[in-house]
Amino acid sequence: MSRAKELQKSLFGGTTSNARQFGMIFTLVAIVLLFQILTDGLTLSPVNLISLVSQYSYILILAIGMLMVIVAGHIDLSVGSVAAFVGIVVANIMQDYSIPWFLAVLIGLVVGAVIGAWQGFWVAYVGVPAFIVTLAGMMLFRGGNQYIGNADTIPVPEGFRTIGAGFLPEVGPNTGYNNLTLVLGLVICVAVVVREWRGRRTRHQMQAEVAPMWISVIRVAIPLVVVVFATLQFAGGRIGTSFPVSGIILGVLVVIYGFVTRNTAGGRHIYAVGGNARAAELSGVKLKRVNFLVMMNMSVLAALAGMIFVARSAASGPQDGIGWELDAIAAVFVGGAAVSGGLGTISGSIVGGLVMAVLNNGLQLMGVGSDRVQIIKGVVLLLAVALDAYNKKQGRFSVIDSLMRPFRRDAAPSSASPVETGQEHGKSPVAG
Amino acid sequence: MSDAPVLLEMRSITKEFPGVKALSDVNLVVRSGEIHAIAGENGAGKSTLMKVLSGVYPYGTYSGEILYQGTESRFSDIRASEHAGIVIIHQELALVPGMSITENIFLGNEPGRGGVIDWKVANRRAIELMAQVGLEEDPDTLIKDIGVGKQQLVEIAKAFAKDVKLLILDEPTAALNEDDSQHLLELLRGFKRQGITSIIISHKLNEIAQVADSITILRDGRTIETLDIKADGVDEDRIVRGMVGRELHSRFPDHTPNIGEVFFEVRDWTVRHPISSERLVAKHSGFTVRRGEIVGFAGLMGAGRTELAMSLFGRSYGNYVSGQIFKDGKEIVLKSVSDAIDHGLAYVSEDRKAIGLNLLDDIKTSMVSAKLSKISNHGVLDQVREYEAAESYRKSLRVKAPTVDEGVTKLSGGNQQKVVLAKWMFTDPDLLILDEPTRGIDVGAKYEIYGIIQRLADQGKGVIVISSELPELIGLCDRIYTVFEGTITGEILHKDADPELLMKQMTSAKKAQRA
Repeated sequence: MSRAKELQKSLFGGTTSNARQFGMIFTLVAIVLLFQILTDGLTLSPVNLISLVSQYSYILILAIGMLMVIVAGHIDLSVGSVAAFVGIVVANIMQDYSIPWFLAVLIGLVVGAVIGAWQGFWVAYVGVPAFIVTLAGMMLFRGGNQYIGNADTIPVPEGFRTIGAGFLPEVGPNTGYNNLTLVLGLVICVAVVVREWRGRRTRHQMQAEVAPMWISVIRVAIPLVVVVFATLQFAGGRIGTSFPVSGIILGVLVVIYGFVTRNTAGGRHIYAVGGNARAAELSGVKLKRVNFLVMMNMSVLAALAGMIFVARSAASGPQDGIGWELDAIAAVFVGGAAVSGGLGTISGSIVGGLVMAVLNNGLQLMGVGSDRVQIIKGVVLLLAVALDAYNKKQGRFSVIDSLMRPFRRDAAPSSASPVETGQEHGKSPVAG
Repeated sequence: MSDAPVLLEMRSITKEFPGVKALSDVNLVVRSGEIHAIAGENGAGKSTLMKVLSGVYPYGTYSGEILYQGTESRFSDIRASEHAGIVIIHQELALVPGMSITENIFLGNEPGRGGVIDWKVANRRAIELMAQVGLEEDPDTLIKDIGVGKQQLVEIAKAFAKDVKLLILDEPTAALNEDDSQHLLELLRGFKRQGITSIIISHKLNEIAQVADSITILRDGRTIETLDIKADGVDEDRIVRGMVGRELHSRFPDHTPNIGEVFFEVRDWTVRHPISSERLVAKHSGFTVRRGEIVGFAGLMGAGRTELAMSLFGRSYGNYVSGQIFKDGKEIVLKSVSDAIDHGLAYVSEDRKAIGLNLLDDIKTSMVSAKLSKISNHGVLDQVREYEAAESYRKSLRVKAPTVDEGVTKLSGGNQQKVVLAKWMFTDPDLLILDEPTRGIDVGAKYEIYGIIQRLADQGKGVIVISSELPELIGLCDRIYTVFEGTITGEILHKDADPELLMKQMTSAKKAQRA
């Protein structure tokens, strides 16, 4: 192994993420910086960062579920309608029965689960392609939303709005910052360090080569700088604002689902089913159950996303969630999932979603009309996936891998082959 | 017969695939107006030879020359060979089920002008062609509504529509019942009287002896001999001798079996085909396996060995009709693959790329994939244990890869097979069913796989080996069952096993019933 390849492997492919994911993060950073310059610093201002998070958190929540659906080899077109349906149901019962908001959230999730069970039943046990089932669901639940809401808007009470428009409260001494956001930032910093340390320990236990200490330092230092900067921005906004509650919900989900897909038997079954369903079945994977749960989970997350959106806009309406499914699907594919299933990561999808979100947001800040924003987003999606397909044909990997080429000129091309797409803790697990 | 002019001569045809010489210096001479049979074991090169002839492997991808009607032919694709009157009918019929007989006969060859089909002409010619092949049906009937035998006739009519001079039939009677087969053979004789030359590839040696004028026998990609059926007095035994006669020694590691009690028994196992429910793929099959024993299943392609194995393995093939499985004296019911794994069964499939492996996986993910519970606590995977388990198999099975992080697509066939074997050894099975465990693997890796199989048996496990290579079964197995059309037709101990006896039992139902 050449020294350069070794370095590249340990920096990007060692114990945190591989080159492909690093490349995507790199693209995101490039876009952010580009817009930061083009908008004279508006992009990274506290106000814009906060609105960016609260505006896109529900799309990213959908992207989590969509990633799992797509990895399993399916698609879900119904998420926007399901979100709208659950939104109106929840708004309706809160209006009619004045039940506490957290109970309403619980009911919303149950409704989502029932819808998911319905769709999962058709996909997994009857064998109707998910495309058809969810296309039907798209119409069904859109109609359901308008039927229940009389095609009208229903407002939601104040308490409920917390999950979409809420902020962390101001507590403790006056530091000029939102203290809880500072605490949150600190927790994340500690987590970054602990994860790197545990990664090294795992490599050591496996008797695999452990990267030199200075590489670990770099790998910890860069995220720390980003986290510290973001923490100060989010905490330093207008009094009463902080890192949004919806962003915290998103973060918790990313951590949980990231762990499930990467480190559990159930998560690995999803990749096995998407990679080769028959082989998975003959290895004892319960194909139907996996498909059922993946579809059901998607609808639960759609329900959550719908409620967050309703909370944010303070009312549920007949036009909620239109086109969300496409935004979620775009995020997953920009994030490097394979159309044929079996490949993709939660973190990749989140970064993919953020790329699209920042693009959207930045163009809007520049005053570009929504017509042209659509056009640009379409082109970006197409190019990202096309570049990926092209590179695969060339025997290299992915998108942004190509952006990385200047950084690893000496690396053997084989180091970025299609089979090495693992993720945290060594180019190992799940997707690889 | 032998004075008839030569219609086709293939001279020293050699065809190589990466790492394999499929055909080496093969010669074939077919005379005008004869029925010429080609026989050989699975993998002897029959189909490859026919693909060379029909232009599936175009000129330039093989060496040697093809003389057809006296001139050298260089077919660039199937259309070119069909244009010259050479039509091949494959084992898997190339018909569109949702289209009518007429539409299928003229598919890709539609009469008419400028892309507009002249249905009047098409229908009239279809009726003529159907009469020619003895097919009595309404030409508007859909293909899916007629039986396999009649579908075969449609295929032949389709060939006739292309003005065929040399008709090649690959296993034409494999899927047919006795009556349909006889009808087809009779038809071939009729074509012969009309001056059409046929080449027939068949595993059913009695049919060859019955209908063919001459026969060319291939073995290991070489021409062994060409015989005149009548002049040389060729019978089934003679063909078998030509097909299997080769040295069997020194290709297997030395092994002294240590065979224990019967621990696994199957009784009256009957399974329906998953789609055509009147077809039984296993008929009242019963067999036993002892601890430490390597049991072979011999049979030709389509005999139902894989179907039997997969139906036992958690009903992963076909529809269960009847039968019982006993393990260690107790009846076990295996309704799913995970049941089968929990009861200590393992099935290594014959097609490791299509259904044996997830090609996106790396070595260690593959190796642990059939028993994730062994490396996890409450569903959470322990990556250190995963790594250690995979690493120990990599070393003990000598998988040629630098680390277990390597993707399985990067491995050679033999090493992929070792990964699949490791995957199933990791489940701690008592009975391993290995379906064609050495298919597509070079000789050196085969020897290693044989060694692994013997070591598994020595650990007291039962091993079932399904193989189409008789020498492999004879060299490796302590006992061999023969399977013909879903029925177990014989049981032969290692000391009695010889290729001719096996070949007889696996090619003829009538003899099998007597046995």
